[in-house]
Amino acid sequence: MTTTTYQQPNAQGYYGKFGGAFIPEMLHRNVEELRSKYLDIIYDPAFQKEFRSLLHDYAGRPTPLYLAQRLSKQYGTTIYLKREDLCHTGAHKVNNTIGQILLAERLGKKRIIAETGAGQHGVATATVCALKGVECIVYMGEKDIERQAPNVARMKMLGATVIPATSGSKTLKDATNEAIRDWINNPVDTHYIIGSVVGPHPYPDMVARFQSVISEEIRWQLKEKTGSELPTHVLACVGGGSNAAGAFYHFLEEPSVQLVAVEASGHGVHSGLSAATTQLGKPGVLHGSKSLVMQTEDGQVVEPHSISAGLDYPGIGPLHAHLYDSGRGVFLSATDEQALQAAFNLAKQEGIIPALESSHALASLEFLNPEKPKQSEAPIPPKALFTKDSVVVVCLSGRGDKDMATYMKAMEMK
Amino acid sequence: MNRIQELFNQKKGNILNVYCTAGFPQLESTVPVMKALQDSGVDMIELGMPYSDPLADGPVIQASSTKALANGMTIATLFEQLRGFRQQVYVPVILMGYMNPVLQYGFEKFCQHAADAPIDGLILPDLPEYEFETEYGPIIQRYGLNFIFLVTPETSEERIRKLDSLSTGFLYAVSSSSTTGKDKDMNAVNDFLQRLQNMKLKNPVLVGFGIKDKPTFQQACEHANGAIIGTAFIKAIENTADVEGATKKFITDIKS
Ligand SMILES: Cc1ncc(COP(=O)(O)O)c(C=O)c1O
Repeated sequence: MTTTTYQQPNAQGYYGKFGGAFIPEMLHRNVEELRSKYLDIIYDPAFQKEFRSLLHDYAGRPTPLYLAQRLSKQYGTTIYLKREDLCHTGAHKVNNTIGQILLAERLGKKRIIAETGAGQHGVATATVCALKGVECIVYMGEKDIERQAPNVARMKMLGATVIPATSGSKTLKDATNEAIRDWINNPVDTHYIIGSVVGPHPYPDMVARFQSVISEEIRWQLKEKTGSELPTHVLACVGGGSNAAGAFYHFLEEPSVQLVAVEASGHGVHSGLSAATTQLGKPGVLHGSKSLVMQTEDGQVVEPHSISAGLDYPGIGPLHAHLYDSGRGVFLSATDEQALQAAFNLAKQEGIIPALESSHALASLEFLNPEKPKQSEAPIPPKALFTKDSVVVVCLSGRGDKDMATYMKAMEMK
Repeated sequence: MNRIQELFNQKKGNILNVYCTAGFPQLESTVPVMKALQDSGVDMIELGMPYSDPLADGPVIQASSTKALANGMTIATLFEQLRGFRQQVYVPVILMGYMNPVLQYGFEKFCQHAADAPIDGLILPDLPEYEFETEYGPIIQRYGLNFIFLVTPETSEERIRKLDSLSTGFLYAVSSSSTTGKDKDMNAVNDFLQRLQNMKLKNPVLVGFGIKDKPTFQQACEHANGAIIGTAFIKAIENTADVEGATKKFITDIKS
């Protein structure tokens, strides 16, 4: 076994006990092709040049690192927001889809498939396919198609075909199953653009590398603003974990930086309606890798619940399972209600309407506030609490346009 | 020597292996369906352990798994149902399933209970050869179970040889890279099977995926030791009150 750092899995794709490639033989050729080529392709200077220029000119990077003064005052410390919400298409997802479409092009693939939950990854995939003039098929759970109608319309306008996943629970995990099946049935010309740091090796590592631009920018932006590249805390929400992986990446080997991952606990961790995978999950295999998985005693995958469709996933990426297992990461959770409150708070304090997913990260500010910490369902190690001298970066992974229906409903209920 | 080796020693061709889902269509159907398959002349049975997220299966088999799970099927229940089943079912039986439920049950405990049943072999399509060699293979071997790998037309010759060397019992040739239940271009399948035949592999070869009736079964048997039928059989028993009658009719039509 080669040694693993947090940043890099070993040759078989393991971060500690988690990762690997648990795939049927029918996927072997595709996954092996990707595994044997991805690093050479990504680090080819011509690839980097095109990737960087698209991130800059098309996606609008670098995204600002914004000192949120009123929020800082509210929580008695210094808080910066990493503005992934200002990316083209409205979330960090486009960092990954730009990288993967360039990779697919170099692999000679003519057809792109993707899964989507909230529709953000589907939109980001449809966008880059339009950019490159490539056929795009997006699998989306029948239930999610109903609850995320505006994003379905966006994908269609961008020229993608949206196929409802009607099996199982008809949400993100089933859309992922259908996308994988499509890939099995189209083994030669198709590339599967996975939307998070999940799936068989090399996907978790590859997606983390594409998203790592988030923390790369945080480092130099923070240096410009504070004289130091290192914050004391980085906070991010975790569905599969791609925005968190990107925001943590260049701090993984910096032990002084507290990495705080926030999961969605729905109606409460133990309510039966939750998506807090590290607290409810057990080691298992889902979608091609070994990680923590929410499941019954008999090993059947259970349907999670979160008000935010992007966090409504019964697993997490193997990197995060390892960060949890090793204690390198602090894993917290926020309920539907806490996320809603945090969204309304940010709108009023800073004039920014966040995505519901990102609002979970914002909600965790309440738990870490040294003045009056709110009761958290997950234990909080004392070192994770803020002091007035902390420098906290929250990854604002997306904007709230897609969630206006939910926010409107919340306002009516008040 | 277990039942699989005995079968292949006695019979070299036209081996008919039929897949059924445990606990489908009724929770208690498991053993009666196997018995009906055997009585109709099936040589071997692949018994599916239902899973919520069966990646390598198509919609028909997934729907049967969903039904079986709703019926209350679990691995523990399955082993209870199999207690004493060898008094009725003497053909080789292979358990097919996915890693996650097996890991939750406990991999070693699972192998032990399978061997006790006694089951003859395992197919776990999402257990890749790296994990097999480093962790799970020795446990499977310790309990005397066969382990069957899949190969596809996309599998390189070198890799086919490797998977053949790791497999015991037989090698499962997937007739094209695909999930179960898709129709196949039989000419392409033939080329692939001929290629396998010319490689003079250690294991017998059974062909699966896309075999649905007498003509496709016969064609598959031309260049392989036999074939596996899954989706077509599940369809034949999914909407009938007389499962045993439907089973007999389905198998008789193929073997006639
Ligand atoms: C804005 C936003 N943030 C976060 C997520 C969750 O994904 P991940 O955990 O991979 O960042 C999503 C997924 O749809 C999203 O749209």
